Amino acid sequence: MTAVSRTICRVFGRLRDCINRRARIALSVLAVATLSACTTPDAPVEVFDPYEDTNRRIFEFNRSLDRGLVRPASNAYGTAVPVPIRQGVTNLSGNIDTPRRFTNDVLQGNLEDAGHNIFRFLLNSTLGVFGLFEVATEFGLEPRPSDFGETLHVWGAPEGAYVVLPFLGSSNERDAIGKVVDLFTNPLTHVLEDEAQLIPPASSAGAGLDTRYRLRGTIDSILYDSADSYAQSRNLYIQNRRFQLEDTNEDFFFDPYGDFDGPEN
Amino acid sequence: MGPKIDRRVLLAGLTAFAAAGPAQAITTDRAVTLINQVVRDINSVINSGKSEQAMYGDFERIFLRYGDVPIIARSTLGPVAREVTSAQLNAFADAFGGYLSRKYGARFREFIGGQIEVVRAREVKNWYEVDTVARLRGQAPFSVVFRVSDRSGQDRFFDLVIEGISLGKTERTEIQALLDQRRGNVDQLIQDLRGLS
Repeated sequence: MTAVSRTICRVFGRLRDCINRRARIALSVLAVATLSACTTPDAPVEVFDPYEDTNRRIFEFNRSLDRGLVRPASNAYGTAVPVPIRQGVTNLSGNIDTPRRFTNDVLQGNLEDAGHNIFRFLLNSTLGVFGLFEVATEFGLEPRPSDFGETLHVWGAPEGAYVVLPFLGSSNERDAIGKVVDLFTNPLTHVLEDEAQLIPPASSAGAGLDTRYRLRGTIDSILYDSADSYAQSRNLYIQNRRFQLEDTNEDFFFDPYGDFDGPEN
Repeated sequence: MGPKIDRRVLLAGLTAFAAAGPAQAITTDRAVTLINQVVRDINSVINSGKSEQAMYGDFERIFLRYGDVPIIARSTLGPVAREVTSAQLNAFADAFGGYLSRKYGARFREFIGGQIEVVRAREVKNWYEVDTVARLRGQAPFSVVFRVSDRSGQDRFFDLVIEGISLGKTERTEIQALLDQRRGNVDQLIQDLRGLS
């Protein structure tokens, strides 16, 4: 228990550092930089993919990585490791990520979610034994993801072009910058020492394999059965990400009746 | 368990009635009624304990009864739909219906033992959106939105959106890619679609 409270104190100390004045100025500069770094179309379009040729090559690389390594590894993990243990690892990974979500909630000025996530972290870290058990949901505190890509969105940075990142898959310019910054926004990773530093990447890899295994039917059908799996993956990412950020544009909704009177889209 | 009508849905219906008069209220109400029927039928199929093959047949009937399959099919064809004969269009819609239920029937298998509940309904542009939540075993609840319209003359759902991902758009992308692979040959597409899932 003392170790936990010591960790929590250090987390709070780090957070104070994180959001001090100098850091805020640096982050504002970053937002402006993102604003100018992201490629933007002249008029809003649903899919903005000026790097399609490069993206398709990286997509093929990722797909062969999945075929040769990730899919077999996830099948082995899913078959060999029983559900409660896999669920525990996935829960742990989510709990470790929660201080990052808290940092981003604060940066977004979303104090409601910040409070929500800090209570989730406290409950799951104590009653949930370091986060192996997801108990916060039982108390009405469901998971609320957040990341620096979302923070940039809240700050007004545009989405930018669709990009496919090696190993990581579908993204956009704004989220790609967000991923880099998020390497530093989790106060927990700064306080872990020695072997404990291995826990976040290891649990996150476990959670990734678990997801790949649980959703194997859907993922396999998109990656290997679609007529154009690149176009389908792009569709899914763009729509799902805008849904998460509540940034959907009604003009792009599927309207099959509109085809009769309007021009073809 | 039957379909659950959330108190908020009833309130939304009543509020719409008070605000805009009977005509609009009837439509919101009808959208919810339609989706309650869809949800009731899906729940009964995924908890029926039938074989997978039998479930595909049930799903196709649900799609055809409550969904505007011919309109969705026509839209996925894109500009080509203006150039084909009505016989080709009908054959395509027929093949498309079977393909849809095989493809998504397999996905709905993951819903076995789960439950879908209607949460709320609202007007968006010139159609209605009925928000539902799917609660499946061992998974966090997720959003499933049905888009409902009567523009074909009857109340039908014309899109199904799971966590922001539109079935209509997914299938438009798929059909366009299949058509490209066949150099725009619609008859070949119809023939091949009958075997695809």
